[in-house]
Amino acid sequence: MAGLAATFGSGAMTNPIKDVLKSETVLVTGTNTTENHPIFANYLKEAVLKHGTKILVIDPRRIDLVDYAELYLQPKPGTDIAWINGLMHIIIKEGWAAQEYVAERCEGYEDFAKNLEKYTPEYVSGITGLSEDELYAAAKLYGQASPASILYAMGITQHSCGTDNVKSLGNLAMLCGNMGVEGGGVNPLRGQNNVQGACDMGGLPNVYTGYQKVDIPEVREKFAKAWGLEADALDANPGLVLTEMFPAAAEGKVKAMYIMGENPLVSDPDLTHIEHCVEALDFFVVQDLFMTETAKMADVVLPGVSFAEKDGTFVNSERVVQRIRKALTIPGEAREDREIIAELSTRMGYEMKYESAEAIMQEISQVTPSYGGITYERIAEKGLAWPCPDTDHPGTPILHVSNFSRGKGLFFTIDHQPPAENADAEYPFILTTGRVHSHFHTGTMTRKGEGLNKVHPEIKAEINPEDAARLGVEDGDLLSISSRRGSIEVKAWLSDRPAAGLVFVPFHFHEVAVNRLTNAVLDPVAKIPEYKVCAVKVEKAV
Amino acid sequence: MVTLTIDGKEVTVPQGTTILEAAKSVDIRIPTLCYHERLNPIGSCRMCVVEIDGFGHPMAACTTPVEDGIEVTTNSDRLTRIRQDSLKLILVNHPLDCPICDKGGECLLQDLVYEHGIDKVEYTAAKVDRDSLYATPLIRYWPDRCIMCLRCVTACQEIKGIGAISIEGDGYGAQVVAVDPEICQSCGECLQVCPTGALTADLSRYRGRTWLIDRVPTTCTYCGCGCQLELNVQNNQVIAVTTKDGVGVNQGSLCVKGRFGYEFINSDDRLKTPMIKQNGEFQEASWDEALSLVAEKFSAIKAEHGGGAIGGLTSARCSNEENYLFQKFMRAAIGTNNVDHCARL
Repeated sequence: MAGLAATFGSGAMTNPIKDVLKSETVLVTGTNTTENHPIFANYLKEAVLKHGTKILVIDPRRIDLVDYAELYLQPKPGTDIAWINGLMHIIIKEGWAAQEYVAERCEGYEDFAKNLEKYTPEYVSGITGLSEDELYAAAKLYGQASPASILYAMGITQHSCGTDNVKSLGNLAMLCGNMGVEGGGVNPLRGQNNVQGACDMGGLPNVYTGYQKVDIPEVREKFAKAWGLEADALDANPGLVLTEMFPAAAEGKVKAMYIMGENPLVSDPDLTHIEHCVEALDFFVVQDLFMTETAKMADVVLPGVSFAEKDGTFVNSERVVQRIRKALTIPGEAREDREIIAELSTRMGYEMKYESAEAIMQEISQVTPSYGGITYERIAEKGLAWPCPDTDHPGTPILHVSNFSRGKGLFFTIDHQPPAENADAEYPFILTTGRVHSHFHTGTMTRKGEGLNKVHPEIKAEINPEDAARLGVEDGDLLSISSRRGSIEVKAWLSDRPAAGLVFVPFHFHEVAVNRLTNAVLDPVAKIPEYKVCAVKVEKAV
Repeated sequence: MVTLTIDGKEVTVPQGTTILEAAKSVDIRIPTLCYHERLNPIGSCRMCVVEIDGFGHPMAACTTPVEDGIEVTTNSDRLTRIRQDSLKLILVNHPLDCPICDKGGECLLQDLVYEHGIDKVEYTAAKVDRDSLYATPLIRYWPDRCIMCLRCVTACQEIKGIGAISIEGDGYGAQVVAVDPEICQSCGECLQVCPTGALTADLSRYRGRTWLIDRVPTTCTYCGCGCQLELNVQNNQVIAVTTKDGVGVNQGSLCVKGRFGYEFINSDDRLKTPMIKQNGEFQEASWDEALSLVAEKFSAIKAEHGGGAIGGLTSARCSNEENYLFQKFMRAAIGTNNVDHCARL
């Protein structure tokens, strides 16, 4: 989100999901939409089948949506900036750029355009492995369409240059005048039910709710006042991000951690290192539904409740705040998470007392301008998209309509950066990780019952048949996959989705944790790990 | 625009509108069975027949476009007889096993048979034993109950764009089969549109009667699409997940996780009491013991090393309200901005 915030002033999906029905072209990159956002994929297919929308897929994996695509390009992993710059080079040269829009609504164009001059089709082809014809056809498909939408997900962000990847997509959208219009936009698909809400609520080390920055004195004073604290009581320095917290534990700077509803001991990169970090903590508290791999390492485990046992709100990928409702009584002595936090806080000398989840939302709307008009009453039937500043405001389905949140849209001058780890003689394959349709994240929920395990019982590594033949591996054979950090054994699934030289392993399965292999190198701004590219060797297990 | 008369009422609608849609626009109900709002008209069931002045044969309202000046009748003795006959022909094959059918109580066929007062079927046919050849372990196909309306096949094609199922065989031997089990994702779009109990959720089989279930509207807990669904609750257990057509971004659709991924809620593995680790083993503890210990340890570390020595991870799984309180706790009570969550993972 850091990339979008820098470009436009606001880091969230700019347009509603349904908007793709109005797009002439949709560029789909770094999102396996049919597997990870199946309902969004319904709209993409409807757009193609009933509205004549053309889909352009650019992805190292041949995802299922390619069957619906007008054009599919399979670049080498970790070359996104190069192909995006390459498309923009062609778009400018062919006169497909929205010159008036750029002049009127954007800034930073001159330097940006100058830098693009070197991204000739020939140069880009050398980096990405795409042919010059492919690049031209893709540039035409996006550049000549109006409006055109861009969809992306973790395939763009989970790189050491993830923020720059996102900024590059922002450049592309602005260059063609696709921001602030129906059917356009730059749209990051959020992978978890309330990842948008956790960000909106200030579950980030540098901002309070609604992205109000902790390093602005007036903002701190406002929150100190609202929370009944002395004017200078709140910490002025941004805190540590998740991927910094664990190393800080190993260094002895962080002594204790409190984790609610997360399972980093399956989901984080370079797990063996994370385990070592957690062991170094003096005190570790986990609040969860289950005895997860993370909870097992805790000193104290607190039983929280599921979405079916509490009232509250989630925010979906298109910024719509929607209700969840208590349907069941709470099992055993488990307690609502809000009650646990409030009780703990009160015991530590800072009293918190709320009658209900609704009472908390009332406080949120008072301290958060973009949530000012959100009330349980208004969203009883249908959610509202933020920004929604007051109770008469209808919500904002499309961002940046007449102005960007930051005023003018900012073009960034960005150059291709190779991934931190490249395939070499010893580790000749590239490993990329992600999800499968029937499971979710670390599998703590989807792997609990019978149903979904019947559909997808076990972990499999997708490998190109060409590579498999070379290794003497047949479908179902056991593979040994190792990186510089660790090794796993996993069944092979021969599939033409990964190109030759690429293997894909999902991260849902704690018993075969692919994050033992992944590289913890981070994007310097967003601090996202490079899950999508690491060098591995693949052998038939003996 | 085209102007026509339906049951004596003048109606003006755009060209290309079907008679069924035109009638609906003026609140005239024509009985339907295979017709579904989200699908292109199928025209397989003959329930929506209407009379058009000057035409000898009754026409299917769902597939017949309006024409200027036509006079349509939606209800007559003749139409009722045709509809009754269509239903009777369905009932020749469809068993009246409503007492053990999960769809009983909200079955479109049951409602239409009731509405048309069919108490006797004069026709008989030889009983054919049919195997269930459906694609997925989560969706059960009951071939005897299938009325060959084609809603499921059409939805898999038109809504999901998958086409995993089709009708195989013809006439009496026809049944829905998986043409490509590998591409079926068990999303349940087919059972969502099935008007009878021919496709049912196997996890929910015999677990609750529709009229005894509480349906609690909520938001799905998986990906960021934010689908609207209903938790079907009986005896404090979630026994199924359903959706309402036209509600939320999903408009009634769900994926396999949203529709069938609810078992974790009532799992026996749920943590039911706080636990404290002593000598490497977890011991059950009271809330008072557990929270006292946490408050004491956090306070001691804060006093000795400052709030910055404590880190908190809030959750993309939890609600806004919980996330708000968690960061407020870290900032106001602990005194640090060390709060993050797994947005990056």
